[in-house]
Amino acid sequence: MTGPNQTSGPSGPPVIGSSSAGPIQTSGPSGPPVIGPVLLSAEALTKRFGATLALDALDLQIAAGEFFALLGGSGSGKSTLLRIIAGFEAPDAGRLLLDGRDISATPPWARPVNMMFQSYALFPHLTVADNVAYGLRRAGVAAAERAKRVGDALAMVGLEGFDRRRPHQLSGGQKQRVALARSLVMRPRLLLLDEPLGALDAGLRERTGFELRALQRATGAAFVMVTHDQEEALALADRVALLDGGRIAQLGAPRAIYEKPASRFVARFLGAANVLEGRAAEGRFESAEAGITFAGDIPPGTVAVALRPERIAILPAPADGPNRVRGTVEDVAFRGDDSLLLIRTEAGAVLRVAHAEEDGAPPARGAVVGLGWEPGDVVALPA
Amino acid sequence: MRRGRALRWAMGLGFAFLWAPILLLVAYAFSADRIPYQWGGFSLRWFAALAANERLVEAALLSLRIAAGAASLAVLLGGAAGWALARFGPFRGRAVFGALIGAPLVLPEVVTGLSLLLLFVALEAAIGWPAGRGATTVLLAHATLGAAFVAVVVQARLADADRTLEEAAMDLGATPWTAFRTVTLPLIAPALAAGWLLAFTLSLDDVVIASFVSGPAGTTLPIALFSMLRLGLTPEVNALGAVVVLGVGLMLGLAALLLRPRRG
Amino acid sequence: MKARALLLAPAWAWLLLFVAAPAAILAAIALAEPDSGLPPFRLALSGAGFAPLVEDSYYLDALLVALRVAAITAGLCLALAYPMAIGIARAAPGRRVLLLAALMLPFWTGFLLRVGAWIGLLRDEGWINGLLRGAGLIEAPLAMLYTEGAMLAGMVHAYLPFAVLPLFAALLRLDPTLEEAAADLGARPATVFLTVTLPATLPAALAAFLLVFIPAAGEFVIPDLMGPPEAQMVGRVLWQEFFQNRDWPVAAALALCLLGLLILPIRLFQRLEAR
Repeated sequence: MTGPNQTSGPSGPPVIGSSSAGPIQTSGPSGPPVIGPVLLSAEALTKRFGATLALDALDLQIAAGEFFALLGGSGSGKSTLLRIIAGFEAPDAGRLLLDGRDISATPPWARPVNMMFQSYALFPHLTVADNVAYGLRRAGVAAAERAKRVGDALAMVGLEGFDRRRPHQLSGGQKQRVALARSLVMRPRLLLLDEPLGALDAGLRERTGFELRALQRATGAAFVMVTHDQEEALALADRVALLDGGRIAQLGAPRAIYEKPASRFVARFLGAANVLEGRAAEGRFESAEAGITFAGDIPPGTVAVALRPERIAILPAPADGPNRVRGTVEDVAFRGDDSLLLIRTEAGAVLRVAHAEEDGAPPARGAVVGLGWEPGDVVALPA
Repeated sequence: MRRGRALRWAMGLGFAFLWAPILLLVAYAFSADRIPYQWGGFSLRWFAALAANERLVEAALLSLRIAAGAASLAVLLGGAAGWALARFGPFRGRAVFGALIGAPLVLPEVVTGLSLLLLFVALEAAIGWPAGRGATTVLLAHATLGAAFVAVVVQARLADADRTLEEAAMDLGATPWTAFRTVTLPLIAPALAAGWLLAFTLSLDDVVIASFVSGPAGTTLPIALFSMLRLGLTPEVNALGAVVVLGVGLMLGLAALLLRPRRG
Repeated sequence: MKARALLLAPAWAWLLLFVAAPAAILAAIALAEPDSGLPPFRLALSGAGFAPLVEDSYYLDALLVALRVAAITAGLCLALAYPMAIGIARAAPGRRVLLLAALMLPFWTGFLLRVGAWIGLLRDEGWINGLLRGAGLIEAPLAMLYTEGAMLAGMVHAYLPFAVLPLFAALLRLDPTLEEAAADLGARPATVFLTVTLPATLPAALAAFLLVFIPAAGEFVIPDLMGPPEAQMVGRVLWQEFFQNRDWPVAAALALCLLGLLILPIRLFQRLEAR
């Protein structure tokens, strides 16, 4: 007896089905306007573990064929959401629709969704080929066809000739590829990836990231990746949802989220940016902690502003006024193509400032410098 | 993960199989009827009869004394052996030592019992000690059996623990003896306590080895029970079962209460 | 180094006296000649103890019956233990402690008391027959005690925790994502068990089997109190030879034969434990 996994097609990438639901539009202003027809739709998903609310009436739509990242810290609910989509956890409330069909009660073995586990979860007693063939066997794929698809899948991830090996004879990167091949061979409509690069060392991450994107384009499947690493999410995904406390803090294209964080939480989680609290008045924003007046597009109700380190320039001569401040260099860290400076303003706040190499040697520790930025670089945060 | 209903049924079957006979035994301990399988109304008379059964009470007291002595000897011996196996490195005869200490774990009880009896007989013939068989020979046999278990528990505990702990202590100025006293001993104390309890219960429960190495003066509780059961179940055995089950349950509950993780 | 020698010396002495010497004496007596004196043997290299074992199929049968009964017992224990171990390992930590206590409490109530409880269940006038007669299902009592079935029930009951615990430990070590991955790839629960859980816990299952099989093969009390009088297990025969027939060489030879048959399972068990 076979589940409804998409295993009947003889070869080639699975056809991305059209959906009755309308296309998804990204929320960010600078993202691509249309991604595609809705594949998966989560409606008011809620999940509690004892007293903890892991998912808080979460709504989310994933388009067919997109690369989606669920980004968040531990306890943000991203892993719970992934496990609910895979079918390992049942939501306490809400629905999960795949192609418009409610799959909330469908057990994991009957969902046309596959997962690549963070630990890879390769069966230690099976060879690489048998690991990859495992799901095909369950689906009743005939031996000849099975062997061909296993071979194709291993070739796709660059592991030809590894079929007789056992998982313990593989390196971390090879295990990751086997896990990928094992889930992709099922030709899922939706592939879930739990921290896919998490267990790889730094050198391998970048290359594997590009390979993941290439595989996603080649198969046409929707990839949903869970990660705690914002760089990974921004680099790989078409769209990113940042989760906080079981809710979506912001959803959009990577550039939109990076450039226009919607809240202090998002700005701080994405790292790097200086986030300064204060009060908005008459189109300006006063930050007492930094002793800075920000001018720019500051709507009323702004509670904080974000300013990226690379947008702050070290002025030839210190100056006063809006979008200008004076400070002392506390520390300088060389980062390759730039240096990161920690500069304490006279009011006492510390700003992170990036100084590009091409602009010459950075000021030394202890130097008093003037800082300035364009009004358009000030991001007003309403929450 | 969704759990199968079949699994829960199968697990329930296992627990029912384990518990049904015991619950019946305990329940019928409160029956007034002289036939131990017939309900004759609620009564505590068989508990009174049990307390008045001098043979059983004396056997129980002897068993407790033997078990306590054997467990204490087993902790000394097995503790030293487990420590040696875990920490002394490849000392001379280590393989033989390990095989000897572990042998009682895997030998069938009839073999251990018979060979120990033959030893005691031969010793008495050769040097006159132990004179006859009884509580002493049972204690020696049970200490040997218990030491095997204690050694395993202690060795496992030390294998889990970082051996650099003792080296750190000596690096900080502790002599080997002080390092043992202040680091190793606290480390293996739980294992020693667990080993003592294990040896104690083994001794209390053993009938085969005791039957071999005991004599007329060494009737332990299991030996007495064994000869009673050959004639069938009696209401006093029911009552004894109830006392033991309630006692063990009480101790488990108490232990759970004491060892309960504290919050806040 | 001196302190270590001082510590090891008493342990060595004890082990040589109470473990090594008895084994040597056992071997010596197995080779000795029976005698009417006291002790009832004369040291010699006679092989008289082994002669009846070869000549009379009674002894060989007793050994074979013991191995068969031990194997069935261990198999039944495994069948019962797997779902219990899986259930306990998957339970939430608080419930897990309760289930473990429920597993161990019957074990701690004492071996003979549990045998007594089974006698109460299975006797002609025992609880099961009483229930069946009360319900009008039977006229005459079913003869259940003193059958091989009764003996097996008693043995499985006695050894079941020994089978559950190693399986439980192995299941706790088993990465739960392996089972999830199998389900994710389309395997139903029964298939997950057969293709992932069972292969991954096979060494523990073998250890559990041996942990029951080895002591069960020498079991004496349960066959004596609950078993059929005709099918003798080696433990009971050994006992009778020693205490009733006072044939020490034959008893010692039987003990050695039992050991010889068990040495392979014992070594296998030790190999599994050392991993």
